[in-house]
Amino acid sequence: MPDGPQTPTGRVIGDVIMKVENVSLSFGGVRALDNVSFDVREHEILAIIGPNGAGKSSMLNCINGFYHPQEGAITYKGKRRDTAKPYEAAEEGIARTFQNIALFKGMSTLDNIMTGRGLKMKRNLFWQALYYGPALKEELEHRAKAEEVIDFLEIEAIRKTPVGRLPYGLQKRVELGRALAAEPDLLLLDEPMAGMNHEEKEDMVRYILDVNDEYGTTIVLIEHDMSVVMDISDRVVVLDYGKKLAAGTPDEVKRNQDVIDAYLGVSHD
Amino acid sequence: MEFLESILVTPFIEIWESPYYFIELVLVGLSTGVLYSLVALGFVLIFKASGMFNFAQGAMVLFAALTLVGLMEHGLPLWAALILSVATMVGLAFLVERFMLRHLVNQEGLILFMATIGLNFILEGTGQLMWGSDVKRLEIGIPDQPFDILGGKVLLNTFDVTAAFIGALLVITLAVFFQKTPMGRALRAVADDHQAALSVGIPLKTIWIAVWTIAGIVALVAGIVWGAKSGVQFSLSLIALKALPVLILGGFTSVPGAIVGGLIIGVGEKVAEGFWGPALGGAIENWFAYMLALAFLVFRPQGLFGEKIIERV
Repeated sequence: MPDGPQTPTGRVIGDVIMKVENVSLSFGGVRALDNVSFDVREHEILAIIGPNGAGKSSMLNCINGFYHPQEGAITYKGKRRDTAKPYEAAEEGIARTFQNIALFKGMSTLDNIMTGRGLKMKRNLFWQALYYGPALKEELEHRAKAEEVIDFLEIEAIRKTPVGRLPYGLQKRVELGRALAAEPDLLLLDEPMAGMNHEEKEDMVRYILDVNDEYGTTIVLIEHDMSVVMDISDRVVVLDYGKKLAAGTPDEVKRNQDVIDAYLGVSHD
Repeated sequence: MEFLESILVTPFIEIWESPYYFIELVLVGLSTGVLYSLVALGFVLIFKASGMFNFAQGAMVLFAALTLVGLMEHGLPLWAALILSVATMVGLAFLVERFMLRHLVNQEGLILFMATIGLNFILEGTGQLMWGSDVKRLEIGIPDQPFDILGGKVLLNTFDVTAAFIGALLVITLAVFFQKTPMGRALRAVADDHQAALSVGIPLKTIWIAVWTIAGIVALVAGIVWGAKSGVQFSLSLIALKALPVLILGGFTSVPGAIVGGLIIGVGEKVAEGFWGPALGGAIENWFAYMLALAFLVFRPQGLFGEKIIERV
């Protein structure tokens, strides 16, 4: 971790950008989410933590539109979006990465990142396919943006490599790159540091903090590494068995008895 | 013994003795092969983008060709009939998305396959209902004259050469489209990972319409060339069957595979007919492709260029 204060000066936490209200989601008899409420403020880093199977990924999938909660409401930028589709989420500026990397494995790093620019292209897909002049010029502009992301994440050397051949840590980084290429307002990261070694984790933490700091991107992340979570997040939401256990600043959460019990177990004497 | 000699020795001696006949057969085979590739290409496009084996591809070839001929019989000039036929295929893509694919999202491959069998019958029926079931001549002005190369020793046909040229042009266009345009990139992305494609905001609906439109246009080109060669008739939809060995050879997921597979089948069956045919009683052109595909299935089930099948167990 870099030294110094973790919340850089001048970074202002803004208004509520997304509101999750009483969201419940069941798969058959399994209640994955049970009456969960929290909100996300602009420019903040919010961590969702909890034991395995607590419903963290389900929560992200609801926000992103892969799942639609049966009850409750998710309001993003003042609009209900609990029934919206994933590509509509992308259009509204929500980008994400996945727990099990979901990259286009046969395509190069650059092509993967360029797919993230797709929505920023003004001409629609049919037009691009037919009329190549202006579309080519636009393509070059987007290429420049993609190169910016590549610079930022220091992956210049693997620009042309098919991502299927890259080591795990780099794939995670490319996936972050694809999400960043969309210039999202809200970035959802599902275990961005899972399976990484110490140096890779440090790099990833640095990128996350830089994205938040430089572009003011609001970040919601799921992470298991408690030291990372406590270091980088402004607020933490704790889920357990689909229920919200606690929410607050890292310090508040650390001292919360319910959270300690959930993580360390309760003695039954 | 005599029989073994007639299939294992004699043909090679004959090839050695009449090299020009061999070259001629190879060239004729290549030009037929391009046509097989065209049909196979339609299958590969749809299979890559949606994991769906489109049984109706052959019917689409017939339908496209029937539409074109029908319009021309109503007195439309070729260019107008072409534009209307392309428009029809685009319309078909929209209808397929709206009434078929949209309701079958995330279904198993087998269910999608069954749906395309239904589509196959609808297209064959509609095509013949609208334009009748007689064999129709398609005159699109491709010259059909024999000419010599290599000092009069090899006889070729302008039609075959033109058809091969059209096929090659289409294949190159598609390759550039897939590799260079944003749309092509989006198509490759969908083929690679549906979920990831959705999360970066690629709308599946648009992609499906695009893929079916392209497959429809490829079918139209195949229909025009085949139709001009042997007349537009019901049996056109059966050339889809010839595309199957091509797909097995080239791999279901590979555009280059469809092309090379088509060429190998085309050359293979012509050469086999020419030199092995007499010993085996002739007409081996009809089954040779399937034999070749069968041999391939034994040794290389993923095809020449298909992605290697790795299964976690």
